Order: sequence, then C-alpha cells, then structure tokens
Amino acid sequence: MRRLFAVVVASATAIAFAFLLLPLVAIFLRVPVGHLFAQLGDRATRDALLVSVKTSAIAHACVLLVGTPTAYLLARRRFTGRGAVLTLVELPLVLPPAVAGIGLLAAFGRFGLLGGQLNALGIRIGFTQAAVVLAVAFVESPFYLRGAVAAFESLDDDLLAAARTLGAGPWKVFLRVALPLAAGGLGAASALALARGLGEFGATIIFAGSLQGVTQTLPLAIYAQFDQNFDVALAISALFVLLGAGILVGLKVAGWIRFGSISPFRPAASTSS
Amino acid sequence: MDSLRLDLTVPTRSFDVELALDVGAETVALVGPSGAGKTTVLRAVAGLARPSRGTVTCAGEVWFDSRVNLRPEQRSVGYVFQEYALFPHLSVLRNVTFGGGSADGLLERLRIAHLADAKPGALSGGERQRVALARALARRPRVLLLDEPMAALDPHTRAGVRAELHDFLRELALPTLLVTHDFEDAAALADRIGVMADGRLRQIGPPGELLGTPADAVVAGFAGANVLSGTASPADDALTEIRLDDSGTAIFSADPARGRVSVVLYPWDVSLSRVAPHDSALNHLVEEIVSVARVGNRARVRLRTLTAEVTAASADRLELGPGERIVASFKATATRLVPRV
Repeated sequence: MRRLFAVVVASATAIAFAFLLLPLVAIFLRVPVGHLFAQLGDRATRDALLVSVKTSAIAHACVLLVGTPTAYLLARRRFTGRGAVLTLVELPLVLPPAVAGIGLLAAFGRFGLLGGQLNALGIRIGFTQAAVVLAVAFVESPFYLRGAVAAFESLDDDLLAAARTLGAGPWKVFLRVALPLAAGGLGAASALALARGLGEFGATIIFAGSLQGVTQTLPLAIYAQFDQNFDVALAISALFVLLGAGILVGLKVAGWIRFGSISPFRPAASTSS
Repeated sequence: MDSLRLDLTVPTRSFDVELALDVGAETVALVGPSGAGKTTVLRAVAGLARPSRGTVTCAGEVWFDSRVNLRPEQRSVGYVFQEYALFPHLSVLRNVTFGGGSADGLLERLRIAHLADAKPGALSGGERQRVALARALARRPRVLLLDEPMAALDPHTRAGVRAELHDFLRELALPTLLVTHDFEDAAALADRIGVMADGRLRQIGPPGELLGTPADAVVAGFAGANVLSGTASPADDALTEIRLDDSGTAIFSADPARGRVSVVLYPWDVSLSRVAPHDSALNHLVEEIVSVARVGNRARVRLRTLTAEVTAASADRLELGPGERIVASFKATATRLVPRV
C-alpha cells in the first residue's frame, strides 16, 4: 500500500508539472528562437510594447504613490470596520477582469456615473491611453495593497515606538523606519502587481479598446495577432514568459539577500566585553 | 530637583493599572509577575499608552493631565525596550544618533566605539544592551525607562552586565524606572523596589525592607521567600503557634498574629540535618527532598513545602539527594507572619 501511494503521488506530480510547463516550452519550440525574436521588430509589436511600457509605468507609479500610504494606514491603525475595508480591497482580486472593465465604463465612461462631470471639464477617458492606465491601476492595485499591508503589519511595534521616543514625528517614523524595514515586502508586492498590470487584458479591451499605437497593449496585441500572424503572437508570449521568470527569480534573490544580511534576532553568543 | 511624578490609571485589556509614585534621582524597579502591568506604566510615562485619568509630570513640566497629553516625541524620555528594539537596518552609530543627539563620549563610555559601523544583528546581547542605552541617552533625556534590560542576556554574562549597569545608572543620577520580573536583578540595580501584581503596587521600599518586612505573601514570594499558609493562635512565652495547612504540623513564630496567616521564611534561614539537632531552633520539619540545584558555591534544596539554601559543601557533606527525608530547622525569630489575603 505504501508503494502504491508513492507511485500515485509521484505520477500526480509528474502530470502537474508536464501540464503546467508544456505550453510554456511549446512557445519556444514551435519556431526557431532566432526567428521568434526577429518577430519583435514587427510594427504592431513595437507599438504595443511602447503603449504597455508607458501605461504600466504611469499606472504603477500611481499605485505605489497612493497605495503605500494607504497600506501603512490600514496596517498600523485599528479602527472599527477595518476587516470590512481589507476584504473590500481584495474584492477586485476575485472578480473577472471583464467585470472590472464594465465597472470602469459605468463609472468613467461617457455615459457613466462621472461621465457628465468629466465631459463638462472636456475630459474624455473611454478608449484613450488614460483608460488603459485606469484599467491597469484598477486591476493591479489590490495585489500591491495586499502585499504592502502584510509588509507593514509585520513590522515590530517596538521599533516604531522606539523611533517616537527618540523624538521622531510621523513623517520621520514612516520614511526612516517603516519604509526601509518594509522595503523587502513592498518590493515583492510591487513586482507582482507590475507583472499583473502588464498582463492586463479583460478590463482594458472593454474600457479602452484595442487601437494599435494608442490603447493596444502587449496582451491585446497577442489577441489581435494570433489569427493574422501567429509567429508574432508567439514572440510576444515568449517575451512575457521571460519577463515572468525574471520577476520570480528576482524576488527569490531579493529574499535571500534580505534574510541573509539583516536578521534582527540572529542568535549571537553574548559576551560582555 | 529633577523628579518624575506619576499618579495615574491606565486601562488594559484585563484590568486597570493604578499607580502613584515619585522618582527622584534614583533607580526605582517595578517587579512582579508578567502581566502585572509593569510595562504599561513605562508606556504611559513615555506617552505610548494613554491613561484614563491622572497626571505625569517631569521636573515640574506637565506631560499628562486632564488637559495636556504630550506626544511621545515631545517627552524627554530615554526608553530601553525589551529586546532593545534596535533598528536592524542602521549601524550602531546611526542607531545612537537617530534622535539627533550626539554620540560623543557615550560610545566610549559604554565601550561600543569600536562597533560604530556594525549592524545590530552582528552584536552580542551585552553589546546590544549598551547600544540601546547609548541610543536612549543620546538626546540627554530627563527620565530613563528600562524594560527588562537583563532578560535578553544569557545567564553567564548576566552578573557582569548587571554590575556594570548598576555603576552606570549610579553615575547618571537620572530618575530611572526599571521593569523586571527578577527580584535579584531589581535588588542589584535599584534603590527602591515596587512590587506590582494585578495592576496595583503592593509595596515599595528599599530591597532590604521588602526582604525584612514584606507586606503580604505576594511580596514575600517575589522576594524569594518560602510562603507557608496556616492558622495562628497565641502560645506560651509570648510566641505564636501556627498550624500549617499542608502537613498539620505546628510551628512557632516570634511575630504576633491570630487567624489565617502566611508564614514568610527565607531559604537561607533554613538549616538542614540528618537528625533533629538539639539547638536554639524551635522548628523542625521532617520532609522529603524533591530536588537539589547547585548555584555556584550554594545549593538550593527543594523540599516538599519549602526551599532551603545551604552551602554546596554542606550539601555534599550531608549527601543530599532527591527522595531522601531530611530535617529542616529554623528559628522562631526567622519567620515573619503576614495576614493572608
């Protein structure tokens, strides 16, 4: 019976690995790698890359700038309804991105909730790059917030209290103690959110459309290319696989560095001299 | 004169901590079991916990009362946290100068100048304690608060570090509040000791006074005494007879009392022998040895209801070992009777 169990577990693992890795490997095996990356020179791909980099950068900067103080507050303050707020933040995580697109349209679209006011100010958001930025920010921010709240929550209360007894006001406590000590966790959350934002598809196509050179990001370009020129779709997919792998390896390495060098409770032989 | 005056009530999850205390240029230790509210007192002084009523003043300046509540960064306190709470991402020097003060002289005085560029993670327990002290003192605070400064040290270095800390505190002559669960540490470091339990101060006084005339069984137990419970009644020769609850044995005390009492008896006032000696001690209890623990040149011998402390040499000579029956003797004058609470 023990033998049988070992065989079952081993086979299940083998099947899982094969199933998860085969499509990724296939992307690189279908056409020669040299030919694959030559496809990245394609006009549509270059346009999409530019749109993706620009919109992701702006969206990510906004998420970090607004999300970091928000996470600090949610992590360090105890108030009634805190649990509800934290759950609400995570709601977009479990929604289909298409629902996010519809929601954004209903809020900021021409006939949306704020459409009238925005129109009066001469601002049109739907189907512009601003729409891509909003869609990406909306979809990636819960990823960042969740990780950032956890990073700030794990800070030792005494360290923050110590800073205050040393005369530090709230800005100094945040900038000199909380931020550097949470940096590892914030970095990890930031990388995951960035990856999620770059891959954003559903909300963008509904809220921003897929106009080449304007709102067509890399994932949208894959969708647009896969029945026109499958090799281009493959090339962009290959780029994503490499990017994703790079982020994961980067996080692992950053983790090693962090836990290797500054562990506050490393057991040290205590000698008084 | 620089002094810290407190009279406050601080609500905690399980009870209110109530305390009134004046600390001059001296070290006052708050001792008591964990959860007695000792750290809460330090946090209230530093402004990290909010009292529900009362006052905190330092050298005449009001830090807290019904109208004023200075923020922690506005109070002139040096706080040494439990486990020291050094900033792990900053060097020793940057830790010490975090509050803007000067590290000049302090690092030398505390013998950590050679560690200025080291990160806290690379330091020993004793070194970390000295860095925490330097950091707390760099801004020249008017009050020093120490939370379990000895707890993070291993037993080998404890005695040495304690002696050093004692001299250092004596030199500083700052109003210092020290929290510890260890009566020995408190007796070694403080001018006065306050014993706290359940958020209240049970007794405060010099270490000798707490040992000599403990106010109640909690204080006596904390000071390391044996506490036996029994019922007292007057006996001949102006003595008091106490019938012990545990064994029903009668013992005698020179203290007057009547009714339910706790008998306080220090381990070093108990002598051990194989046969009941014919001497001035009135009290002889025959008990089984539970354990014998050596501490340096002494042996702490735990019997079923009390503990005796004898020299290691005597323990060897009597060949004391667990399971053996032995006679524990003590004089009627070595006992203190306190009302049972």
